[in-house]
Amino acid sequence: MAEFEPKILAFLCNWCSYAGSDLAGTSRIQYPPSIRAIRVMCTARMDPQFILKAFSEGADGVMVAGCHPGDCHYVAGNYKAKRRVTLVHEILENMGIEKERLMLDWVSAAEGEKFATIVKEFTNTIKKIGPSPLRAAARQK
Amino acid sequence: MVEGNKEEPRIGVYICHCGINIAGVIDVEEVAKYAGTLKNVVLSKDYKYMCSDPGQEMIIKDIKEHNLNRIVVAACSPRMHEPTFRAACEEAGINPFLMEMSNIREHSSWVHMKEPEKATEKAKDLVRMAVAKARLLEPLEKPKVKVTDKALVIGGGIAGIQASLDLADQGFKVYLVEKSPTIGGKMAMLDKTFPTMDCSACILTPKMVDVARHPNIELLTYSEVKEIDGFIGNFKVKVEKKPRFVTDDCTGCGICADVCPVEVPNEFDLGLGTRKAIYVPFPQAVPLIYTIDQENCVGCGMCLNVCDPDAINFDSGPEEIEIEVGTIIVATGFDIFDARRKEEYGYGIYDNVINGLEFERLINASGPSGGKLLRPSDGKEPKSIGFIQCVGSRDEATNKYCSRVCCMYAIKNARLYKEKHPETDIYIFYMDIRAFGKGYEEFYKIAQDEYGIKFIRGRPGEILEDPQTKNLILRVEDTLLGETIEVDLDLVVLSVGMEPPKDAEKLQKILRISRGADGFFLEAHPKLRPIDTLTEGVFLAGTAQGPKDIPDTVAQGSAAAARAAIPMSKGEVEIEPILAEADPEKCIGCRICERVCDFGAIQIVERKARVNQALCKGCGGCAGACPTGAMQIKHFSDNQIMAMIHAAFKED
Repeated sequence: MAEFEPKILAFLCNWCSYAGSDLAGTSRIQYPPSIRAIRVMCTARMDPQFILKAFSEGADGVMVAGCHPGDCHYVAGNYKAKRRVTLVHEILENMGIEKERLMLDWVSAAEGEKFATIVKEFTNTIKKIGPSPLRAAARQK
Repeated sequence: MVEGNKEEPRIGVYICHCGINIAGVIDVEEVAKYAGTLKNVVLSKDYKYMCSDPGQEMIIKDIKEHNLNRIVVAACSPRMHEPTFRAACEEAGINPFLMEMSNIREHSSWVHMKEPEKATEKAKDLVRMAVAKARLLEPLEKPKVKVTDKALVIGGGIAGIQASLDLADQGFKVYLVEKSPTIGGKMAMLDKTFPTMDCSACILTPKMVDVARHPNIELLTYSEVKEIDGFIGNFKVKVEKKPRFVTDDCTGCGICADVCPVEVPNEFDLGLGTRKAIYVPFPQAVPLIYTIDQENCVGCGMCLNVCDPDAINFDSGPEEIEIEVGTIIVATGFDIFDARRKEEYGYGIYDNVINGLEFERLINASGPSGGKLLRPSDGKEPKSIGFIQCVGSRDEATNKYCSRVCCMYAIKNARLYKEKHPETDIYIFYMDIRAFGKGYEEFYKIAQDEYGIKFIRGRPGEILEDPQTKNLILRVEDTLLGETIEVDLDLVVLSVGMEPPKDAEKLQKILRISRGADGFFLEAHPKLRPIDTLTEGVFLAGTAQGPKDIPDTVAQGSAAAARAAIPMSKGEVEIEPILAEADPEKCIGCRICERVCDFGAIQIVERKARVNQALCKGCGGCAGACPTGAMQIKHFSDNQIMAMIHAAFKED
């Protein structure tokens, strides 16, 4: 059987993390082709439903990345994202989905290297846990 | 939202090769072919450079000929060329917000260079996601806001001075805020300037006076920016004026300082000289108003007794003022590298090791020693001096970047000293000499050929001190000769580099702008927008953005003024229409959004949420919290994002 290749959905804020991911690109820092990113203006835009939807569509992992605490372009959007991710962690556990499949981290516009590192690490984490329990069912639909 | 949009989407997809940047990794033809199979896609093409004139022309022509009403461009980051393709759509007669970009360069070809097949698969997914969003895009109008024709300049060094003068000369009101009691910045501390050997004060002080006299400049010294609210065109700024305890009636006569019994180290002379508790940092200070340093004043009242104009007022306290400006220029400068962090060079331990800026003060005729350079340990004239380059620059252990001025200032200082004391042995220990500016290489050549300054290529590992003579013994590998040499020196000068000021982080948070990995403020684009920040209406000047010499700093000061003048001359700017909007049909008046909003932009009127678009910043915190889906962010609506999530995994 071919090696399990995780498929991860990422939500990146426009001002810090998306800029950081662009910097990883312009610096040609290589990382696994596991993630598909959606740009939002701020991680505060994250409706918990987006994360649940991603898992129901078959995502093996969901990554949310925003500005460092105190650096949010909109004052405190990243704190809101943190609270919502904590909430979704609980929901996931109740649903039988490992909470490690949802991660939140901070990446500044200058941290191209960090962006690549967290993608690498998160991809490895998901590889260890294995495919999402919802994946097979979701992909058949 | 979708329901209202009856028009069937007719999507055109354009895959850019970006030369070989994308096409060298991703099979662009395959991606284009694949995109053509997606629902609602009418045509799909690939082209060498989509952003070029012919590329844009192709899109414009297709929109007209094929009645396209949605465009997807798969190319670089939207942070790069979104404005370009929006403008092309507008030219073709469709709303610019009916275009979506798919970032297949920064997010695929450049980061998966060794996995072309997987990069191609990823590109297909990303294009499919963009097409899914494009189907649901809505036309949007950009709201226009009025721009206050006043500017705030933070920092009164040469960058801030130049920016302020240029703006003021164009007729704009400028508030120049400087945290110390005088403007002038680091340039005021220098002796001569390379490569012309102009005396720094002679070229700077007239500009300082111009600032003070200019009817359009309001100078706020000994003041700090505490809070900034609002956005381009309408920033509300709170500035704290620290108490000077001396009023504007001060004539600068200085009799107060003569009688003041308290003597403390003068910061302006880096502690090499002293000042009184009531002081001006240097005689040409602007404004020439004395300041009582609260920490050191003993309250004896001697100054009060001698002050003729009655300018001393012990009862004053900090004052907060609020100003409204349309644009902001950040010119907060740099700090010098603290050489104590390079312990092996003994700065702060050995008496006769000083830094480059201290050397400037000591050879300066108006400096603490009257221009006489003497050894700190015994007050004797040094007969041999060594300059060590790249202290806190180009160094893995401290700062990796080059500080751009140290080679030149060391050569300049070496030449200045050698002119007066030709018998002195002067060594410069360097890694590479970077003499890149206009006239710099010529200046360096003369130092080598005519001054007999010895340039030794090598980075000293350590400095030792002879405990008796306090002389310094420096061992270094001369990498050109390939041998280790030992040099006995009377004085060592460390050519310290530039670092972001300690309070840069605080200001970053107040301004909500980014800093680079080196800690300096980050420009919006390293080449095409070197003056702008990612926050509209906020610009950078001088060393706040990165190490620079004086010519570049002045140029950037003028550039920042020119950039800031654009919205102020126009009088209005278009802002992004990415704002919140509540659907009264779905809103249940639960007030969650009202509480979540950090900008006070949401009010509940007759049990329905209503968004004040002038206050909304479009973060989407409200939409993320809304339990019914009534609150939406235009261009980032629930259904658009949900469609992208679906498309990340499946085709429709």
